[in-house]
Amino acid sequence: MKNARAVYITAFFSIVMLIFLVLPHSAACGEGALIPSTMIPLWSPQAQFAGYYVALEKGFYRKNGIDMTILRGGPACPGCESLKDGRADFAILWLTTAIRQYGEGLRLVNAGQIIPRSAMMLVAKKSRGIRQPSDMNGKTVSVWGGDLAIPPRAFFKKYGIRVTEIPQSYTVNLFLRDGVDVASAMWYNEYHTILNTGINPDELNVFSLSDYGLNFPEDGIYMLESAYRKNPGLAVACARASLEGWQYAFAHPDEALDIVIRHMRQANICANRTHQKWMLSRMRDLITPVLEADDNGRLNRADFESVSTFLFQSGLIDVIPDYGHFTGEIHAQD
Amino acid sequence: MPRTNDHSNQTGIKWRHRLSVRLSILFSVFSVLIFGLTLGYNYYQARKMILARMEDQARNIVAAATGRVSTTIASVTAVTESMARALETMSYDDARLLNFIQTSVLSHPDVFGSTVAFEPYPDSRFPTPYAPYFYKIPGGVGYIDLTDSYDYTLQDWYQIPRELKQSEWSEPYFDEGGGNILMSTYSVPFYEEHNNRKRFAGIVTADLSLEHLTNIVSSIRVLKTGYGCLLSRNGVFLVHPRQNIVMNESLFSIAEERHNQDLRDIGRRMAAGETGFISFNTLEGVPSWMYYAPLRQMGWTLAVVFPKDELLADIRTLTLMMAAMGLAGIFLLAMIVVYISESITRPIRALAEASDKIAAGDFEAGLPETHSKDEVGALTRDFQAMQNSLKDYIRQLTETTAARERMESELEIAHDIQMSILPKTFPPFPTREEFDLYALIAPAREVGGDFYDFFQLGEDRLCFVIGDVSGKGVPAALFMAVTKTLIKSFARDDVSPEAILNHVNQELAAENEACMFVTLFCGLLDMKSGEIRYANAGHNPPLLVKKNGTAEWLPRARSLVAGAMPDVRYECDRIRLFPGDSLFLYTDGVTEAMNAAEELFSEDRLLDVLSGSSETPIKAAIGEVMAAIDRFSEGVPQSDDITMMMIRFSGG
Repeated sequence: MKNARAVYITAFFSIVMLIFLVLPHSAACGEGALIPSTMIPLWSPQAQFAGYYVALEKGFYRKNGIDMTILRGGPACPGCESLKDGRADFAILWLTTAIRQYGEGLRLVNAGQIIPRSAMMLVAKKSRGIRQPSDMNGKTVSVWGGDLAIPPRAFFKKYGIRVTEIPQSYTVNLFLRDGVDVASAMWYNEYHTILNTGINPDELNVFSLSDYGLNFPEDGIYMLESAYRKNPGLAVACARASLEGWQYAFAHPDEALDIVIRHMRQANICANRTHQKWMLSRMRDLITPVLEADDNGRLNRADFESVSTFLFQSGLIDVIPDYGHFTGEIHAQD
Repeated sequence: MPRTNDHSNQTGIKWRHRLSVRLSILFSVFSVLIFGLTLGYNYYQARKMILARMEDQARNIVAAATGRVSTTIASVTAVTESMARALETMSYDDARLLNFIQTSVLSHPDVFGSTVAFEPYPDSRFPTPYAPYFYKIPGGVGYIDLTDSYDYTLQDWYQIPRELKQSEWSEPYFDEGGGNILMSTYSVPFYEEHNNRKRFAGIVTADLSLEHLTNIVSSIRVLKTGYGCLLSRNGVFLVHPRQNIVMNESLFSIAEERHNQDLRDIGRRMAAGETGFISFNTLEGVPSWMYYAPLRQMGWTLAVVFPKDELLADIRTLTLMMAAMGLAGIFLLAMIVVYISESITRPIRALAEASDKIAAGDFEAGLPETHSKDEVGALTRDFQAMQNSLKDYIRQLTETTAARERMESELEIAHDIQMSILPKTFPPFPTREEFDLYALIAPAREVGGDFYDFFQLGEDRLCFVIGDVSGKGVPAALFMAVTKTLIKSFARDDVSPEAILNHVNQELAAENEACMFVTLFCGLLDMKSGEIRYANAGHNPPLLVKKNGTAEWLPRARSLVAGAMPDVRYECDRIRLFPGDSLFLYTDGVTEAMNAAEELFSEDRLLDVLSGSSETPIKAAIGEVMAAIDRFSEGVPQSDDITMMMIRFSGG
């Protein structure tokens, strides 16, 4: 443990040094003081949020003037509620959730779009004879509740399929036991869980929603508009630090996995390194375009409009939010 | 002939060429080969048998473990099923329901907890989710409504049997409240009558602590470090000696981490409910055998793993021991072979040494003493006999050789004498210019019987003679000397050649007990006229070489050889030599000279050589004939004397 302590001490002094060096240039900083902030991920600790944990661990938030605390997400702790009641300053939310909340009057600002496309898929065993979307007609499909049901329902609507929806739990056992014909799955999570119960990829038919014109961006960093107005620079700093975290995580996957697994253990969650490794690799596939674009995770206007239009047409929102307000560009000009 | 001593051929037979060593090596090599094959086969068979026995044993272990847990599993299944059936038939209010669940938990030691979770229909008794749960606590039972913890309709234990319409064992889980005990829940759907139709009413569950099962599996010991392990339907480790992978890793996640397709395939076979006995490497990389069989009720897999090393350790030790003993035995036997074969070959070697000395000429070399009656003894005695015979033979040979040498020297003297009685001065009569004469005798290896002679008879006549005695050696030489002497002594001024021959024949035939004979040609040349009168007693007819170069044979005489029988009357013929003509006389040694192909020189060749030689001096002409014979015979030694005489008449 001495080594660990030494690392912490070194890290601490490094961070102090970094802050000292960066302070004069940092737009996010007040006069020398770190701004205490909290962030709530979409879900319990896992490699889906590796970048944020790594940014925290490696001091990227401090470097950017933020004294960040990452709260424990999970089923009992929805991000929007935490933003509303002030427990969290930042929340990781799906774009669909954020727009819907915006439509319901929760004024949010997208500080950075981390996952710029859909990683969601519908999975069927080949043995069930489902080869194309129309084959799902009349079949049972397990669908997650809440906003996670939006993309599959968009898929059913787009292909005019009538299915029997079964609520999907946190495991894929129902699907494995053939309790449903089709299951929802995240590319980086459930899909791999299925593979790791001994089912081979060639035994599955996979419908990646992004391949079917339903490319809804997913994880983004959000904050309340009111908070954003007070300090727009904080949003930029948070997005920058988070993306730095991701960059570091992809460059040092083993270290990133160590960090993620430590957070999982602290949260008493069974941690399977192989699974987390897969998840981190898929995150790299999803997030690398954002890192390469080098625009601090700016939300793509076309994606925004496509999702908004879909939600509007589905009757999930009454008014399409203004892109400038949603991304904070207008407030920043104030 | 004495031999030079070559040591390598004598006593110094190189050790590796010794019979005993070669025998021993051959014996050892084949023994090791046969022994190795036997041992290998033995090992192979023993291994097969042990493996078969081990598979049986592993199967028994798994069956025993399964048997031990199946009663527990069966009792939990039975309780839950009967609860479900009871719920379908009994009428109950809330209090009675709670009492029913509580009693079930209390009265069944294997049931850790139980709930009845109702499907929330708006028109049912419980329109909102309701799942009263009783569970064992030290000294009693605890109660909660699961609705307070989570939405049970989304739980596997509820959802899967509901959708599958069948009872199910859940994937194992750690019970968070129950002190980290591994649990599995048995869920049974129950149904109710609604509008005359059967509809799903809810799920009855009973929780089974897997402590008993895991204890049984983890207490499995095979050989030294073999162990049992338990895997869930999804391949998750429930029992494994490595505690840190239990409930954290599955066979598939480890297969992925290690890029081990084989491991994944094993997992797939297990998931398919197969039974197998396979060779594989454990997570620690130890080559092992594994027997696995499904735990039917739950769809899980029980496996027994044991390292190959340990399984085969005993027979490996045994095999190594046998190999060591066998090799030591073969070495010992090889030594004995060397000893025995040495005792056999020692007298043979001694005999070989002695015979070497004999071969080198030392006939006095002592042979080894032997009294044995075996083959070597017989051989030694034979050698002894051979040595004695050799000694005798050599002694006789020495004596004979001495006698022969003496005889040969006497023969040589006889030959010298014989040659010395032939006239060898040429030209013989330097004062006579009417003719020229030359003669040559090339004696063969042995003493032969050829001769020639010439002498003057009166003022103007020349008598010349050539002859060939039958046979060889001293008798022929003596016969020739006698013949020559008889001719010379009988020749007078007025004698005729036929008279000479008649006389010689008479004399020779009179006391010819050896039945020898002689061919003779006798001629008388009149130096004034060139006329030759001659008589021939079976001799080759001479050749007449005319001055113009043509050559012709004198007519062949139809007369007997001299000395064969008495009272033969020889006849006289005449020819006339003109100045420049020559007469060539010879014995059959000339025409019957042979080459390597056994062809004869022949009269034709002789004729060829002498045709056109009328201008050649006679000595040179004879030289040419001799040279022609040498060329023809190409150095093949001639068995007969070669005798030639030539007379050229120059005119009176």
